[in-house]
Amino acid sequence: MAETIQFETWQIWAVILGLGLGTYAIRLSFLGLIGNRPLPPMLLRVLRYTPMAVIPGLVAPAVVWPAATGGEADPARMIAALVTVVVGIVTRKTLWALAAGIATLVLALWLLG
Amino acid sequence: MPTAFRATFLLGMRAALPFVAMIVPFGALFGVIAAAQGLTLFQALAFSFVVVAGASQFAALQLMQAGAPLLVVILTATAVNLRMAMYSVAMTPHFGKAPFWQRALVAYMLIDQSYLLSAAQFERTPEWTLTEKLGYYFGTVLLLCGLWYLATWFGVAFGSMMPEDMAFDFIVPVTFLAMIAPMILTRAQMAAAAMSAGVALALWWMPYSSGLLLAALAAMATGAAVEIYEERRLG
Repeated sequence: MAETIQFETWQIWAVILGLGLGTYAIRLSFLGLIGNRPLPPMLLRVLRYTPMAVIPGLVAPAVVWPAATGGEADPARMIAALVTVVVGIVTRKTLWALAAGIATLVLALWLLG
Repeated sequence: MPTAFRATFLLGMRAALPFVAMIVPFGALFGVIAAAQGLTLFQALAFSFVVVAGASQFAALQLMQAGAPLLVVILTATAVNLRMAMYSVAMTPHFGKAPFWQRALVAYMLIDQSYLLSAAQFERTPEWTLTEKLGYYFGTVLLLCGLWYLATWFGVAFGSMMPEDMAFDFIVPVTFLAMIAPMILTRAQMAAAAMSAGVALALWWMPYSSGLLLAALAAMATGAAVEIYEERRLG
């Protein structure tokens, strides 16, 4: 079920180097180049929400239309996603949420799949 | 190594120990998924060496598997790391006077944990010298970075022994949900997350996964707007 990436070798390296350079530029921005200068409060506010703004949008289509089932909604994957979120919110522990989510996924696929 | 550096280095390393339990499984999981998706050991290790940012590495794998175009993969995965600009701002008053090569090294290892631990510690001990601060900072992060590379290597080696029919396609989404759910603490974060998921689903028909970038922009604006609204309401 593990679908391999269709990318060419050079494209994989382009992702590694592009993402690496972009991330390093962000990290070095103020430390190395801009120096000690206050940021506009509005920009700080927006930056604070970047993980929360990108990751749910990345996950939602994979939960609703998983590629592995040809885009068909899949109860096992939906249940696993729900359990992960609930355990994460209740325990506030990423590792617990991850363990519960993977266990549910394996169990639900075995029972329903 | 100067004594001052070594003393705070050890302090930093001790402070970072609880994060080992987090870094090792995530690095290993990255290795397992990378191998399952057909990356070579060298490519997976290069990811962890060059990028050193777990969430964006998983995002890149997810987008590559979904067949997103090269530029979208790079831009979206990089966007996950935009928060690090804040960390760079926060560390500048402490390390601004260090030579450039030291600041370049600090930047390479600027991860969530080194920022969080150092920012909190430097607030408690503002009298520390530059050397002491550098010692603490590298103490928090050298061990974690080393384990990140090692765990990736272990994951790739271990992943090749995993059964073929594991639902690897869905382990990345579950990993993301596990990272994000404990972070939802305020109404603004909840609104940003809901907006991101909602817009991404509504715009999924758009070409080249460009709907996701629009969803991210809408969610950032929503988070900031709700935060301002709440501040005004509470006065």
